[in-house]
Amino acid sequence: MRHLLSSADLTRDDVRMLLATAAEMHDVQRRDVKKLPTLRGRTIINLFFEDSTRTRSSFEIAGKWMSADTINITGKGSSTSKGESLRDTVMTIDAMSVDCVVIRHMASGAAHQVAQWVDASVVNAGDGTHEHPTQALLDAYTMEQRLGSLEGRRVAIVGDLTHSRVFRSNAITLRRLGAEVTLVAPPTLMPSGIRPWAERDGLHLTDDLDAVLADGPDAVMMLRVQRERMSGGFFPTPREYTVGFGLTRDRLRALTDANPEAVICHPGPMNRGLEISADAADGARSLVLDQVSAGVAVRMAVLYHLLAGEEVAA
Amino acid sequence: MRADDMLPTADDAAAPGAPRTVMSEPDVARALRRIAHEIVERNKGADDLVLLGIPTRGVELSRRLAALLQEVEGVEVPVGALDITMFRDDLRHQPTRAPMPTRIPPGGVDDRVVVLVDDVLYSGRTIRAALDALADLGRPRAVRLAVLVDRGHRELPIRADHVGKNLPTAHSERVMVRLTGVDDAGDSVTIASGETRAGRPSTPGGAR
Repeated sequence: MRHLLSSADLTRDDVRMLLATAAEMHDVQRRDVKKLPTLRGRTIINLFFEDSTRTRSSFEIAGKWMSADTINITGKGSSTSKGESLRDTVMTIDAMSVDCVVIRHMASGAAHQVAQWVDASVVNAGDGTHEHPTQALLDAYTMEQRLGSLEGRRVAIVGDLTHSRVFRSNAITLRRLGAEVTLVAPPTLMPSGIRPWAERDGLHLTDDLDAVLADGPDAVMMLRVQRERMSGGFFPTPREYTVGFGLTRDRLRALTDANPEAVICHPGPMNRGLEISADAADGARSLVLDQVSAGVAVRMAVLYHLLAGEEVAA
Repeated sequence: MRADDMLPTADDAAAPGAPRTVMSEPDVARALRRIAHEIVERNKGADDLVLLGIPTRGVELSRRLAALLQEVEGVEVPVGALDITMFRDDLRHQPTRAPMPTRIPPGGVDDRVVVLVDDVLYSGRTIRAALDALADLGRPRAVRLAVLVDRGHRELPIRADHVGKNLPTAHSERVMVRLTGVDDAGDSVTIASGETRAGRPSTPGGAR
């Protein structure tokens, strides 16, 4: 593995190896001394053109705990705000002989493009509405910790699918691990052109959340309504969205009645009261904070497998 | 000319590359029983001992030693596993692999006498890595090393306190340890002539 650009690049065995590594890294996280010498002397640049709390800080902590030097560059406050192009910014960083560029960018495909330009390993930390592979890995990891093997487990992904890179990466990774995936969205937020993919990879599509919950899925992943990517017209009012697709207190009860063991995930940041109620977000079935905790372990695993091993010829 | 060039190599009568058995199942059992006795003798009892096996086969050996110590001294010695993957100095020379579990017994290692257990002692680099890994987990009162086979060719100033069998080898030979519970076959230590991968003498696993 040289780059991690898309969840589709990872075979089932790759995913298994990354999750097994993450489990050991999670143990390191519980120790007094949270430091491994593994990436000593390596330099990682976190290049974030979009706002982020958990992804950026967990990549930074992951790098530091493995003894790499990590540097954060954000879109604001860099030369990008003086009009420098992405290519020039990236080539400038590459000229400093860094080993890894972790990039988040508002343009879909940005990470792929950057990987063509630089010698460093590139990790996609979210590119527009395309993919977010480390999020999918940490979601799979968190669910496995609670549910055991995901083979044959039923996972529902609910909400704003059109703008969601989290859903795209998750659907791929969950299918790799043998889970049954149901995608739930209002027709206006169901991505156009999803049917061929859904048919090929065995994803179920529906707009009836109540029917899905009554069926007692093992995990329900609520997606954030991405107001910053919406230019109007996807749903009439926030209230109406909640009535149709929010995980309200009543729906939470319906879910736990159908499957008392069901777990709830949300990639964060949450719009409380819009797509998820406080009861669902803070209840015993919620894995939201476990997901954050797993984020560091999973990113340690990714950085280890990308940067520690034999140098791969470019 | 290196000293090991003068050491006897594989039996001329055997086909080149054919493995030769140097320890049978009863040999392994006897060696471990002796090591168990040595450990308590050296430690003047089994108090404060912690056995930490280095995956994969060191973990199995440490479990067996704990059972023998139970038999000999009637004391239950805590057993754990210490993975060294993230501490290796040759990570850049091979593809990455998923680390194996590190399991420290609930009492920890602080002020205990830790006995590291591994199957084959060769370059000493694995043990160097294990000492680094151990330092991040606590401060043992003393650290000792028990190995089933010492095949020589140290590259670092490290030696074993308890050795099942000293096995003079050539660099080009491969020592294979098989243990019931880890491998399909029963216990054995075999030696085969053959190319070691240059510069990678301390690769963990069955062959070293």
